Amino acid sequence: MTTATEPVARRVEHVMGLPISLALRGRHTTDPLADAAWAAALAALREADRMFSTYRDDSVVSAIRRGELAVADGPADLHEVLDVARRAERATGGAFSVWLPGPDGTTALDPSGVVKGWAVERAAAALRGLDGTDFCLSAGGDMVCRASCGPAWRIGIEDPRDPARLIAVVPVADAAVATSGVAHRGGHLVDARTGERPAVVAQVTVIATSLTWADVDATAAYALGGRAAQWLGQRVGRTGLVVWADGTTTTTQSPDRP
Amino acid sequence: MPPRRLDRGVRRIVLCGLATVSGVVLLFSYRTSTSPDPPAEAAGTADGPAAAVPPAAPSTGRSSSGGAWSGTVTGPVVRIQWGEVQVRATIERGRITAVDVLRTPDENTHDRQVNARAVPVLVRETIAAQSSRIDMVSGATFTSTGYVQSLQAALDRAGTA
Repeated sequence: MTTATEPVARRVEHVMGLPISLALRGRHTTDPLADAAWAAALAALREADRMFSTYRDDSVVSAIRRGELAVADGPADLHEVLDVARRAERATGGAFSVWLPGPDGTTALDPSGVVKGWAVERAAAALRGLDGTDFCLSAGGDMVCRASCGPAWRIGIEDPRDPARLIAVVPVADAAVATSGVAHRGGHLVDARTGERPAVVAQVTVIATSLTWADVDATAAYALGGRAAQWLGQRVGRTGLVVWADGTTTTTQSPDRP
Repeated sequence: MPPRRLDRGVRRIVLCGLATVSGVVLLFSYRTSTSPDPPAEAAGTADGPAAAVPPAAPSTGRSSSGGAWSGTVTGPVVRIQWGEVQVRATIERGRITAVDVLRTPDENTHDRQVNARAVPVLVRETIAAQSSRIDMVSGATFTSTGYVQSLQAALDRAGTA
């Protein structure tokens, strides 16, 4: 039985320009099984980077952007990501899109808003195989957590106006947490309809069962600006925390919960 | 200032403050900029939940409490974004039974909105779990560059050192 006093073993690596942090507690935290699961998780993230990075000339996405590869001819993973993107675009009335207007007026594929959550969710599969072990895998502040043995992980939510502080703490037993905002960066956080960055909302945090959708919904809600909380509150299976530009906050609960 | 017994709404705010503040202090007490005041009253023992705040190290803050401790724990004076907070928790056999405000930011609308609406989950969790530790930090995507200064980095340093 894992207890609150059981030590948490932590690891950090940098992949895709992001710090990848892992917290483990329970049976396998520092043994070869834990090492292998961590290596597999990192390998999955590097694989996603090779395919989807807009910064790598040799990525599938870069080939599409240059017009050298048709979307239809892309690999299955690309279509999976684009399918998530299409569903998000529909759900937001177009505010969320992976086809973003560039400075020259044309649209270019930038799946960053989908890929990170999707890739970390996939990487976490390697950790789910560690029996008797709780984990929390974070990529630059978005994470997949499982606490089946011990108490819920306690996730601090950054204050967007001062990332050295927390604005809330949420217990997460088996769920994903994603936060979108402009505290650190946010080039893809624009309303795809206008190419503009919403001004009234400072940060959106979403808790959901999958990081793919937590991340997408956080980005989408942020892109919706003033309608962020209203929209998020209608999404089934999501809990949200919207921090407005003036520092006030709104929490949302999905309609399927009491 | 004599402690006040407060109504439920304010106590909720304070509970929020207690846990958030404890978490922040826990992580960042080594940063002088976020904790200008030394703990004013170390009335509690080191294994009371709210006082399980090592003053000089960014530890993960696991309480060694056996859960059967009774007494009061007075937290340090902590400067949060909107002012200073200090709370005192009454603990009976390992469970928080009351929280008193010793010091609170001025009660303008902004404080009430942020505190009352942001962290109701936190309040329940604080009472149930007897813990104010933080395991991970969620924030707007930080890059490898920004990570160095992040709360998450402090946690990771504490866990891998």
